[in-house]
Amino acid sequence: MEHFLSMGGYGPYIWSAYGFGAVVALWNIWSALHLQREALERARRRLAMGRSEENDHGTR
Amino acid sequence: MTPRRKRLYTVLGILGGVGLATLVAVKAFDNNLSYFYDPSQVATGKAPGDKSFRIGGMVTQGSLKRTPGSLEVSFTLTDFANTVPVSYTGLLPDLFREGQGIIAHGRLQGGVFVADEVLAKHDEKYTPPEVAKSMKKMQPPAGDKT
Amino acid sequence: MGKDVGTWTWFHKLASPPHFYRIAGRMIPWFAVPAAILIVASTYGGLVMAPADYQQKDAFRIIYVHVPAAWLSLMCYMTMASAAAVGLIWRIKLAHALAAASAPIGASFTLVTLVAGSLWGKPMWGTWWTWDARLTSELILLFLYLGYMALRSAFDDLTRADRASAVLALVGVVNVPIIHFSVVWWNSLHQGSTVLRKGGPAMPAEMLWPLLVGALGYTFLYAALACIRVRGEVLIRERNASWLKELEAA
Repeated sequence: MEHFLSMGGYGPYIWSAYGFGAVVALWNIWSALHLQREALERARRRLAMGRSEENDHGTR
Repeated sequence: MTPRRKRLYTVLGILGGVGLATLVAVKAFDNNLSYFYDPSQVATGKAPGDKSFRIGGMVTQGSLKRTPGSLEVSFTLTDFANTVPVSYTGLLPDLFREGQGIIAHGRLQGGVFVADEVLAKHDEKYTPPEVAKSMKKMQPPAGDKT
Repeated sequence: MGKDVGTWTWFHKLASPPHFYRIAGRMIPWFAVPAAILIVASTYGGLVMAPADYQQKDAFRIIYVHVPAAWLSLMCYMTMASAAAVGLIWRIKLAHALAAASAPIGASFTLVTLVAGSLWGKPMWGTWWTWDARLTSELILLFLYLGYMALRSAFDDLTRADRASAVLALVGVVNVPIIHFSVVWWNSLHQGSTVLRKGGPAMPAEMLWPLLVGALGYTFLYAALACIRVRGEVLIRERNASWLKELEAA
């Protein structure tokens, strides 16, 4: 195991590269879901407001 | 011409124009876009004599000399047509060895290229160690031209 | 739309926001699950199963992060620019939405390419960074993505943001072949292409398969991320459309 982690002395470089790749992949998943949820939330709020005012002037 | 067709031509125009402009710019700066000069260019005086530049080639087999007790090394760089002597003081990258393609940054001083940085270049081929060993056994070492 | 409506019905149906919103939502797991499986397989293959290189030893294993990320950074830009062109010519909002959705994904994987490359360059070449044609053009790709996003955010009006940024995306396309051929056209520190080269890949099969599987996995990951992001972009663009009410009810 230790032998595997050391990667012939190149461990720090290799694990940093794989680690950074993993962090960016996870950030991508989080931020995509976050954007989608936020957009949905905002669309819901807009719809709720539009209903209460009926003839809304919210369109641009 | 429909508006859509007009927009299509506009898009094609942008692509063509930018492509052409880039082509011209690349042609004009072609020399500056190359990362290094090879030993033949240095030998024929195409490399700048008064400024620092990069030279790339293969470390000639049997040319590497280390000064004991210091980090000073000297070797010659070859592109199999011309050879340039190089001297360097400092740490060398892991891949540095005779027969390896390297790139040195420095300037010419009296026919010797005095380097302040040496980088190792490797080619695009990857081979497991056992295969590389058996390949060497099967054929005499050919020039590893990078 | 003229007389070509008949042949393009499927296209316009797919390009209609509510239809696409539903389809994209359904496609996400079909992209995400293969992405996860392929990326895990590629990582295991690259770190455990592939033999070390005779010259670079274990350090060459960084290729399994660097190359798939580089592939994604270029593929994503081509998708973004194509979508921007379609959006400009045919005035399709959904195409602009796809272009906008692609930029942050492409930018982040361009960064992975540069960082992993740097971590590979230090032990092998002897430097973290150098201004050779390949490295510089890939850095320009990052700036193109960032510039595209900055330009978008400078407009309050989405339609104008879509059009202005689409032009920038088109202008930047010229950089893509430059990145790919930089190592052929000019002397560079960076080596030539291993996979896409004359005479086939310069790698034995046990080193090559994790690389190809990784590139495929990253492509699926892009597709999954793009689906999620495009749904968000569609919601932002549709504002008060009636189909949002149906969505609310569902």
